[in-house]
Amino acid sequence: MSDTAHKTDGFQPRIVAFFCNWCTYTAADLAGTARMTYAPNVRVVRVMCSGRLDPQFIMEAFRNGADGVLIGGCHPGDCHYQAGNYKALRRYILLKRVMKEMGIEEGRFRLEWIAASEGDKVQRVINEMTETIRKLGPLHLEPVNIPATAHVQVGTDKAAVAARGGVS
Amino acid sequence: MSKPKVAFYWCASCGGCEEAVVDLNEDILGVVQAVDIVFWPVALDFKRQDVEAMDDGSITVSFINGAIRSSEQYEMVELLRRKSKIVIAFGSCAHLGGIPGLANTFDRAAMLKEAYLESPSVTSGNTTIPQTEITVPEGKLTLPELWDTVKSLDQTIKVDYYLPGCPPPANLIKEAVTTILEGRLPEPGTILAPDIALCEDCPRRETKPDKLIIEQFKRPSQYIIDPDQCILAQGFLCLGSVTRKGCGAVCIEGNMPCTGCMGPTSRVKDFGAKAMSAIASLIDADDEEKITKIIDGMADPVGTFYRYSLPASIIHRSYQKPDGGGAHNGA
Ligand code: FES
Repeated sequence: MSDTAHKTDGFQPRIVAFFCNWCTYTAADLAGTARMTYAPNVRVVRVMCSGRLDPQFIMEAFRNGADGVLIGGCHPGDCHYQAGNYKALRRYILLKRVMKEMGIEEGRFRLEWIAASEGDKVQRVINEMTETIRKLGPLHLEPVNIPATAHVQVGTDKAAVAARGGVS
Repeated sequence: MSKPKVAFYWCASCGGCEEAVVDLNEDILGVVQAVDIVFWPVALDFKRQDVEAMDDGSITVSFINGAIRSSEQYEMVELLRRKSKIVIAFGSCAHLGGIPGLANTFDRAAMLKEAYLESPSVTSGNTTIPQTEITVPEGKLTLPELWDTVKSLDQTIKVDYYLPGCPPPANLIKEAVTTILEGRLPEPGTILAPDIALCEDCPRRETKPDKLIIEQFKRPSQYIIDPDQCILAQGFLCLGSVTRKGCGAVCIEGNMPCTGCMGPTSRVKDFGAKAMSAIASLIDADDEEKITKIIDGMADPVGTFYRYSLPASIIHRSYQKPDGGGAHNGA
């Protein structure tokens, strides 16, 4: 793939892309066979339809190290299952609002309609998103658990206890 | 044979869970007869030192309610964990973080600033913020440290079972206590409530339309809820379809929507995400502008979908940029 990755040293955004089987995944395939180059920062997960996307998948992606998540589906009216992409859009708009309130920058989460013939759009969207996230920097979500290994004598080590509560 | 020893403890909670124990009414007498209550700060005069003096594992079961958000709470639950064979997370706050968990949309510095410096009820000119340590003429005084992030109980210690609800319903408490005292221990990690959504038990079940759509989100403070019709179909955000049953649909009986205190069923990891997914797909619009307009009518999405479960959610707390975040600047 392209050499975009090597232009800036240091941070390489990790983007998880959920592409629907019928349109966007096919478009990504087309971009490949047409030898279009785009940033190698995307890990594509093929789903049957964008309507299959549970918001939990998107959050899990962020939790497990994604710096950005991209959803790709068929254009309105073109969904192989009639209305899956409308469902995806409704969920996306609501989820985006919640993510924003949770402090996750808008540029990290994006939905695009990409038809099977639009290999060039795959290229453009991925390149754009990679650049946006490169500017935003890595996403470091706070770990959820207090490490089970850290054992503290009750009442003796205040600093250590505090540290495990997520205090700096 | 000596009676099983039981402890109750509260952390970041409202006291409603303690009330729920008392709500067992005369049944509590049966429980009291069957067990030795060795620690229950709200009702009995035992101190922390009494617990410290016990042998490890000598308490049969500890019921702990409330979220964990201070060094003191953590020390106490860690202590109780060591002294107990079984720990039960009691109520929504211990289970999923609960309402105190919504503090995870802020950080400690912002909260202290609001509560002690900027709130209209604060004497103007106040500059005093609680410190963990202060030296006065008489000596050094200390306070527990408030954490930046509210945790559910199982994010701080190992939890054996969960009793969900805000507060847990009396019949589930009774069942749990009997099951455990009789030694019929369920699988570790079990949530001691039925694993089916509330709609199943809803007295208005028959009125739920086959194709439910929402054209406008309404708030109970602004519109009157028809007491005979499916609440969600009327446009009020009722979360019964994604919430575990076991509460007896008391809110619905009181003509109020389900707010999700029992948490999700076992197939769901993140309650709020699942609820958003279910509710959003019902929105009666296909284009971005219209969908946005309908969603705009929803008050406080984070507080609605994560009312009881923000700390246990996948995202866990609001994101603080590593460099500029207030959270990491301390109090
Ligand atoms: S099949 Fe492509 S969005 Fe439904």
